[in-house]
This record gives sequence, structure tokens and C-alpha cells, in this order.
Amino acid sequence: MSESGVEGKITVSPGGEHDPTGAAGTGGTHLTPSAVSPGGLAARHGSDMFGAANGSDTTGFGGLVEKPVAKLSTPKPYGGWFDEATDALEAAWPGFADNVLRVVVDRGELTVYVKPAAVLEIARVLRDEPNLRFELLSSVSGVDYPADDARLHAVYHFTSLTYRRRLRVEAAVTFEDPHLPSVCSVYPTADFQEREAWDMFGIVFDGHPALTRILMPDDWDGHPQRKDYPLGGIPVEYKGASIPPPDERRSYS
Amino acid sequence: MSAYTPERETTEGTVYTVTGGDWDAVVAGAGDDQRMVVNMGPQHPSTHGVLRLVLELEGETVTSARTVIGYLHTGIEKNMEYRNWTQGVTFVTRMDYLAPIFNETAYCLAVEKLLGIEVPERATTIRVLCMEINRIASHLVWLATGGMELGALTAMTNGFRERELCLDVLETITGLRMNHAYIRPGGVSQDLPPGAVEKVRELLETLEERVPIVDQLLTGQPIWQQRLQDVAYLDVQGCLALGVTGPILRSAGLAWDLRKTQPYCGYENYDFEVPTATTADGWGRFQVRVAEMKESMKIVEQALDRLQPGPVMIEDKKIGWPAQLALGSDGMGQSLDHVKKIMGTSMEALIHHFKLVTEGFRVPAGQVYVPIESPRGELGVHAVSDGGTRPFRVHVREPSFVNLQSASAMCEGSLIADAIAAVASIDPVMGGVDR
Repeated sequence: MSESGVEGKITVSPGGEHDPTGAAGTGGTHLTPSAVSPGGLAARHGSDMFGAANGSDTTGFGGLVEKPVAKLSTPKPYGGWFDEATDALEAAWPGFADNVLRVVVDRGELTVYVKPAAVLEIARVLRDEPNLRFELLSSVSGVDYPADDARLHAVYHFTSLTYRRRLRVEAAVTFEDPHLPSVCSVYPTADFQEREAWDMFGIVFDGHPALTRILMPDDWDGHPQRKDYPLGGIPVEYKGASIPPPDERRSYS
Repeated sequence: MSAYTPERETTEGTVYTVTGGDWDAVVAGAGDDQRMVVNMGPQHPSTHGVLRLVLELEGETVTSARTVIGYLHTGIEKNMEYRNWTQGVTFVTRMDYLAPIFNETAYCLAVEKLLGIEVPERATTIRVLCMEINRIASHLVWLATGGMELGALTAMTNGFRERELCLDVLETITGLRMNHAYIRPGGVSQDLPPGAVEKVRELLETLEERVPIVDQLLTGQPIWQQRLQDVAYLDVQGCLALGVTGPILRSAGLAWDLRKTQPYCGYENYDFEVPTATTADGWGRFQVRVAEMKESMKIVEQALDRLQPGPVMIEDKKIGWPAQLALGSDGMGQSLDHVKKIMGTSMEALIHHFKLVTEGFRVPAGQVYVPIESPRGELGVHAVSDGGTRPFRVHVREPSFVNLQSASAMCEGSLIADAIAAVASIDPVMGGVDR
């Protein structure tokens, strides 16, 4: 999917990328070949009304192609406290212009997309700046967006107890170079959570005191929550019929 | 050296593996080096489930404590990506198995935020009602297991007895003692059955009698006091650095309760207090949790008064499942009127119902993070949709998982007996920790 979205501008890639064979029914690929852009804006192909895109759908809706929406950032003003907080961040952090890729306000939540190398810096500013005071790092997790080049996203949810605000910071890395600085030195709570993101997605947090697997066994191969890692399972027989494992069942997405 | 304690030389020194009771041989063999690494768990009655603690001891003092988890990992988050949004409820309810209603509510609030829908007033009130009953039940289990771990067995028998009463009521409402899958995107799966309100009122009466017994039994009890006071200390700074929320944070004096600070489900309309303590130790956590049970009872009572007749599932037929259920001949909930309509009168309605149940509804693309106050702290659901009928990714920020990191800070430097009290005061539920 096109990575060429220019900030603040909607670009539409040609609908010809639609792959009518790749969606449903084939084992292990419940994902449509559509892209989820990290701005929470999807580029989807086909079948938005009903059924599969692979021709087995007889409703007549299966061939519809929805034009993908590129990644875009929300134009200022964002509304509410979002402007105040982003302005404070910009004022307190000299690296803002270089490192912030875009800012998205969606469903009343503020997301700041930054370059991977800047994660530690922004975390420190968010915690220490008196106008921001995000004292608590609520959550660190990963998301795998197969359609992106930098498909592994580390997602941080910060909470300010002083101002009762929440903010999301997201940084994307590639499979080949899945390195991010660890924020453990600023938020010790990231310890377990970064280990989980490493375990499940293979995101490497440089500077983490002991980046080892946490939920899977130590000798496990692979990172189970990546989208190309199969769910596994066996067919189940019930009253003479065989029900395939969940990742081989018909998918409608 | 006895056969019970085979020893082997490593670069770290002599390692003894204790498999049987010949303690004298171990001590004699250890010589002057008093440092000992003890593996506690994962199968140990004092570790609150399948938690493994690796303790480094000098004499009876814990010099280093590390938690090893993952024994209950079932891949719930991954599994949810292969089921539709409604089926996800059945998975999340099994995470923190002592607070299933909270898992369901947090997940459903996230899905509803993605969809941009409002659930009916009555459904929200029922959610609050169930959550607070569940909070009482969860705190009672904490009291029961925590008491047992510290040797107060009467606390266990009493705690589990009262908890069973709470579960009876939840069973009346949802059909199941645990793993309810009752809260659904768009509302709840069915309305309160006849007699449920009276049963809840009965429960409140019983609890109003029985919860104070906890006070009478334990609060003035010198052994209980000595086991908890000044044990497992963690102040506000330590809590925030380690991401600890819930009763542990409140026991350190910070009244951070999401029901008050960032209200959801209409909690701003209920009259209740946020109990805090200032001791920042196990004793404070005990007091906070007992006080919270009393506050929850107040909320349940108000929720009962607020219950107005009305729908319990969103009216939008593209999302809401039929919620007027009756018991079918197969023992499952059936909406008989609905079945009659779709089977007897309208082919389109039948197709629509079939599509809605097998395929599910589509959720507009985007991501949300919804935190709620579970009995153990901030339970957050980060849900990502790609616009399909299945979750693209659901991450649950489990308070048990995050809070467990504080075990090292609480245990190190204390006696090994206090390590048990520390883990008990954190109240980790391994189903939530490992997911």
C-alpha cells in the first residue's frame, strides 16, 4: 500500500491494486490485502457490504472496491486540550519538528507519531515538562500492520494524573531493523511491557535491562502476534462434519 | 551429602537442588556461603496461582526477588483476531477470571467507542450493577486467598462463602457463575430476569451483616496486624514509576480512581467515596479494599434505584443482537419471538440475522484506548480495527500484569515470610497476568 501520503493531504492510490484472490477461504490469511494505515484510517478493498471478495459471494456486492485513504494528519486546531498539550510539547522539545511525523486526533484521542529513535526523548519530555506531566506510562504494546513497510508499531499510552489527560505515542519500525530505544530508564513500568512487545512482536528495545521472553517459553521460535504467524489449531469433528481450525475458516473481513 | 540433595559445580559455585526434606545436609554442605536461591512456585499454595518467584536469600532475608510468569498464557489476544467482535467478549472474560465483568465492560466500551455508539441507559446501569457486585466478589477472594496465605484460614472460609453469594446473584443475572460473556457490544445480552432485583437486595442485606465481620475478625487481630503493618511498603512515587494503580496506589495516599477522575458508565452520577490510606503498606491495602467493598455496596444500591424500564441492547439492528431471551428446550437462551419472526414471516430478517451472527458487524477503522477501574487498578483496552468484522488487534493493559512488577520492590530486603504478604497484598490474578 502506498506509503506516500503527504501530511495533511489525502492521496488515493489506484484501485487496480485490488487482489481478488487473496481475501477469504485461503488458509491462514484472514486479512484482506487492504492496508490499515496507522492513523486509524483504513484503505480497504472490496466487499464492504457483504461477504468475501474471492467470488464465492453471490450478493453482487463482493466486487466493490473502496478507494483507500492515505495516512493523514489532523490539521490544527485539534480542539480541547490537544492544542495546549501539543504546543507545550513543541515548546519543551527542540526535536519536535524533526521527529514528529504527524499528529492525529481521532475519536477524542490524541496520537503523536514519532520517529523510532525519538521515543526515549519524547517520553522524558512528557514526564518532566511541568505543562505536560504525564507521570504514568499506562501501556506499551505492539501492533503489526502488514501493509506498511515499517510494519511493527510500538504504541505507548501515557496518562497525566495532574491534568487527567491521556496521550498516545506511536513509532513504527521494520522487520529488518526492529530497534527502538527502551523507555525503562524514564518509566520503569515499561520493563514487563517492553518484554511482552518483544516476545509477541519481536520489537527490540535497546537499553532494556533484560529483554527476554516473558509469556512464551524461553526457547520459543518466532513472535506469535505477528500477522504472518499462524494461529494453529486442528480440525474438530462434530456429528460427522469437520470444522476447520479458526484461521482456516471463511473470513468476511 | 544425602541422595536427596545432588550437588553440582558451576561457575557460580556449588549448586544444590533440594528435592526432599534433608535440610540439614543442605545447610552443612553450603558452608559459609549463606546465599541461597530458592525457587518458589509455580505450584505453591502461597503464590496466588501459577506465579513463580525466584528468591535469593541470605539467611531469611530476601536480597533479590524475580517473578517468572507465562504459565497461564493462552494467547487470548491472538485468538481474538480470528473471531468477530461479539465473540471477543467470550475471550476477554477469561483473562482476569476474578473480574470477568470488568474485562467484558472494558472491551465493549472500546468496541462501542470505535463504533461511535451509545448504549441504552438501562444497559449501562446493569453494567454498573454487575461490575460492583463483581468488585465485592473479587475483593472477597483477595481477602480469602490473602488470609489463607498468611495463615488466617477463617478469613478464607468466610471470604469464599460470601463470594459465593455474589456469584449466585451474578448467575441469576447472567446465567453463569464466572466467564459470563454477558456484557456485549451495544448493551448486555439479556435483561435482568424476574426476581433479580430482589435477589440483589437480599445480597446487600446479607453483605451489610457479613462484611463488618471481616473487621471484627481481622482488624483488631494482633497477628494479622503484625503480618501486614510496615510490610511491602511502596510509596506514591514508587507506584507511579512502576505503573502501579488501584488499591495499592490508593493505599499510598493518592485517591486515583478512574470512576472519579475519568468517569465512564455514568459513575459521576453515583455517590460514593474513594477510600485511601497513608501507610503505603499491606495494612493500608487491606483497609482500602475492605472500605471499597462497602462503597461498592452503596453503588449497587444506587444502581438498583436508578434502574428504569427500557431496552438493554442498542436499537440499531445492524449491531444489536436480540436481547429478549427465554430459556429454550435445549437449555440455551433463545429469543422465541425473534425466532418466530425470522423463521415464519420474513426471509430478509432471517438472512439479516444469519449475517449478523455468523459474519458480525463491521467496525470503522481506527484505534481507541479505554481504561476502567477494575478491582486491581487500571484495566485498559487498546482496540484497533481495520474496518472489518474482526478485531485487528486487541491489547489489554492488565493491572495484575503491570502491578506484579512491584513485587521485587516490595520484597527485596524483607524477610521471606513478608514476601508472601507482599505478593498477597498486590493481588495478582495470573489469568490476567498471562492472558
